[in-house]
Amino acid sequence: MILHLAYSAVLLSLASAVFALLQSRFKAIVFVLLGLSGASAIAAGIGELLDQIVLIDKIPLDLPWQAWHIRFDGLSAFFFLIIGIAVFVVSFYAPNYTRNEQKDPQSFAVLSLFTGLFIAGMMLVLLADDAFMFMIAWELMSVASYFLVAFQHENSANRRAAFLYLLMAEVGALLIILAFGVVASFSDGFTFDALRASEISTTWMSIAFGLALMGFGMKAGLVPIHVWLPEAHPVAPSHISALMSGVMLKVALYGLIRFCFDLLPEVHWQWGVVLLIVGTLSALSGILYAMMQQNLKRLLAYSSVENIGIIVMVLGLSMIFLANNHKELAALGLVAALFHAFNHALFKNLLFLGAGIIHHQTHELNIDMLGGLIKRMPQTSVLFLIGCMSISSLPLFNGFVSEWLAFQTALQVDVLDNGVLRSMIPVSAAALALTAALAAACFVKVFGLIFLGVPRSRHAEKAKEIDSFSMMIAPVILATLCFFFGIFPSVILDLLSGVTSHIIDATLPKTSVLTTLWLAPVSMQQASYSPLLILISVLITALVLFFFLHGKGAKKARIAPTWDCGFGALSPRMQYTSSAFTMPLRRIFATVFLIDEKVEKTMRENTKLNVAEVRYSLHIQDHSWVHVYQPIERGVNRIAKQVGRIQTGNIRTYLGYSLATLILLLWVVSL
Amino acid sequence: MNWAIAIFQTVLFVALAPLLAGFLKFCKCRLQNRRAPSFLQPYRDLLKLTRKQPVISEDASWLFCVAPYIIFTMMVLAATVIPLIAVDMPTSESADVIVLVGFFAFARFFLALAGLDVGTAFGGMGSSREMTISSLAEPAMLMAVFTITMTASNTDLSGAIHHILNSGSTLHPSFVFALFALILVAVAETGRIPVDNPTTHLELTMIHEAMILEYSGRHLALIEWASQLKLMLYGVLIANLFFPWGIAQSFTFGALSFALIALVLKLVVLSIFLALAETAVAKMRLFRVQEYLGFAYLLGLLGMLSHIILESTR
Repeated sequence: MILHLAYSAVLLSLASAVFALLQSRFKAIVFVLLGLSGASAIAAGIGELLDQIVLIDKIPLDLPWQAWHIRFDGLSAFFFLIIGIAVFVVSFYAPNYTRNEQKDPQSFAVLSLFTGLFIAGMMLVLLADDAFMFMIAWELMSVASYFLVAFQHENSANRRAAFLYLLMAEVGALLIILAFGVVASFSDGFTFDALRASEISTTWMSIAFGLALMGFGMKAGLVPIHVWLPEAHPVAPSHISALMSGVMLKVALYGLIRFCFDLLPEVHWQWGVVLLIVGTLSALSGILYAMMQQNLKRLLAYSSVENIGIIVMVLGLSMIFLANNHKELAALGLVAALFHAFNHALFKNLLFLGAGIIHHQTHELNIDMLGGLIKRMPQTSVLFLIGCMSISSLPLFNGFVSEWLAFQTALQVDVLDNGVLRSMIPVSAAALALTAALAAACFVKVFGLIFLGVPRSRHAEKAKEIDSFSMMIAPVILATLCFFFGIFPSVILDLLSGVTSHIIDATLPKTSVLTTLWLAPVSMQQASYSPLLILISVLITALVLFFFLHGKGAKKARIAPTWDCGFGALSPRMQYTSSAFTMPLRRIFATVFLIDEKVEKTMRENTKLNVAEVRYSLHIQDHSWVHVYQPIERGVNRIAKQVGRIQTGNIRTYLGYSLATLILLLWVVSL
Repeated sequence: MNWAIAIFQTVLFVALAPLLAGFLKFCKCRLQNRRAPSFLQPYRDLLKLTRKQPVISEDASWLFCVAPYIIFTMMVLAATVIPLIAVDMPTSESADVIVLVGFFAFARFFLALAGLDVGTAFGGMGSSREMTISSLAEPAMLMAVFTITMTASNTDLSGAIHHILNSGSTLHPSFVFALFALILVAVAETGRIPVDNPTTHLELTMIHEAMILEYSGRHLALIEWASQLKLMLYGVLIANLFFPWGIAQSFTFGALSFALIALVLKLVVLSIFLALAETAVAKMRLFRVQEYLGFAYLLGLLGMLSHIILESTR
């Protein structure tokens, strides 16, 4: 039954793709099918998480001797749930959004076709139980999303971004195939069961781990292989960016978790250290680059790099505990990582859909051109604020709970014997604290500059609240969920304990308390958090305050113009801009960026004192472009030139090559 | 009964905060050869502000009016978590030290947004600087606090205090580092000299005052009270975490009143030290602050490492 629900989720999204192709006059059916697909994915995910029985099936679809192996367990179900929520919500949002994006009927068909295929691909990845099917589904997901990134291909920058995305996706897929191949060569077959049973040496296992980390990391957006992400996400339509950032990156994480924790016969703490370092690096540089962005969607894309970094960091902690035989703490780390993945899917989807609404209403994504939208778009502003608060991990919201769990995991380091690890993990916890604080700064900038203050452009001034109910309902659902899981995290955490028992054969420590009221991951004595009690005390305090300050005799506030210090009217241009807001941090972390800052002054009448005009330009670049990719690009070009030398164009040379090859082959045969 | 004491303790916290600010001002005035206003002056100021009619800019949104309430509420919640005169309060179980940092972050988030709301240059300047400084201060603070919590293997403040009381008077080198780190962070986070000057208005160096420049009336009263409360929170955190002796471990009248006297003495000593430091030290340039906070972080890190290398039992 549950498996049938999962199948129907896949089939429904494929059906929506087919209906899009038919170009029928009833476009709504495409989205209805998509919504149904999301709903059945949610049902399948929750059903399996409650049921806890691993479902196995075979579909004779592939080559004659090789059926598709299907397996639906807790881990797949959890990620199925994430996909389901995102697809369900997007199906409400997309109809209106696409109506304004499309230029001709073909474009609608293209967009909806590849959206359906993309979603089906992601779901199939989660269902796969053999390497063949996994790779086929993975490629379906990658290639379909390439067409979605390239959707607005009239713009050459978009074509470039899409090509970069395809290139990196394919290189990543190649690495994943190699990783599977390494493990498969020590086992009899490509099914995951065979891979689990492989007798592989530690060296080869580490090689497989490295390949998998690179391959899945490329998709997930780990630094320094994240560069496609900030290019591709902004150019796709907003609901597609939401799906890519909120869900596709999670599928890559699923692959990493499945491969490292489940398929490889054992884990080593050294891998955990690698994950910890890579994760910390991604988290810190992700948020620092996010801070410097002016394009809202680009900023959100970089912030995804940060969040994926946090998740990988916690996975690393979990792996270190697992390798040191502290299985319960490993389970805690895994729960924290998975819960953060879930939360990130919620709030990042919310923020991307919010960005879509802003773009839809103002035709502007440059933060420096917006401002004052809180008065013009009141509902959107509240929803976006909830997203910002969740992602800044403020208490009472879901982002805080997972980050709190991550800190709790890191602070259990005292049980380890290795001194290096014990001093390294707290440092990474401090890096996590820095990341969280920088994220708060970043999203103060985002919300403050977009919604508060005075409009900085005519577009922002003329903006109106969106009048489509269906487009509004999507972020409303997500914002409600963000708040709900911030207050009642135990709902999800209970479901997650089953996942860990399947994957690493351990659940949270027995002394842990997970009730509606209390959250104590290790034991009630060590650390406890009760969001519900905090919410109640917030309400009581607020009521008391209101009673005292707004009781009888409280004067009504007077509305007056802003005090301009007597210098004449204030103008919107006097407000802080994005680059002004981040200037202190840019200066403090100057070595992290490649900053090209130019100030040109034009003087009036050749005097040195009378400035007529100032031009300021700021260009910030990612270090990895200059230090990783450009050398690779140059290297590839150089090798290509060397290879080109053998192409002389002279027939005698080619005959010579043939002769040499023939002799070589004869020699090989004679061996 | 326990709940009654917890609520009493929170109310006491909130009620005493302006007194601490008044006493600090008194000490500073005396050190600088000035005549000091009464200890009660902060109460009078707050009362005056609540009676005045607030003026709100026409560019301000609802967020501007709501922010003071949120900021104050978060500080009150933080006050329920930090043990003032007794440990093992039922309220302190609902949040540990990481949540405490979260409360501060919550308040700061809205304070910074309120600074940006009116759309003046000063507000944005204050918000930008506040977020910069706090994002550097937070890891240093957590590093210092983690040193304590790892020693006690407990992120609950009550549990950590119990551990320190039970371990007797052994000197932990890691605590000395953590203490100095936390003091440096506290100075930065509460906006005192040398990071920010709480007595400046309309200067280009201001941080906290720049954000709240547009506030008036009861809104300003709430924000002022919240920042006095924040100062007290940090003071009590330092006093009771590193020098917990005297704090009530049982809810008897004698123990509680002794704890109150002990607390007052600790805070008096602490504020005299702060007043001395504020009189002797000049304000730093803004771009020296990262070195200052980096030093705080380094101290926290040293504390952590010395705990792991020297003190750990394994």
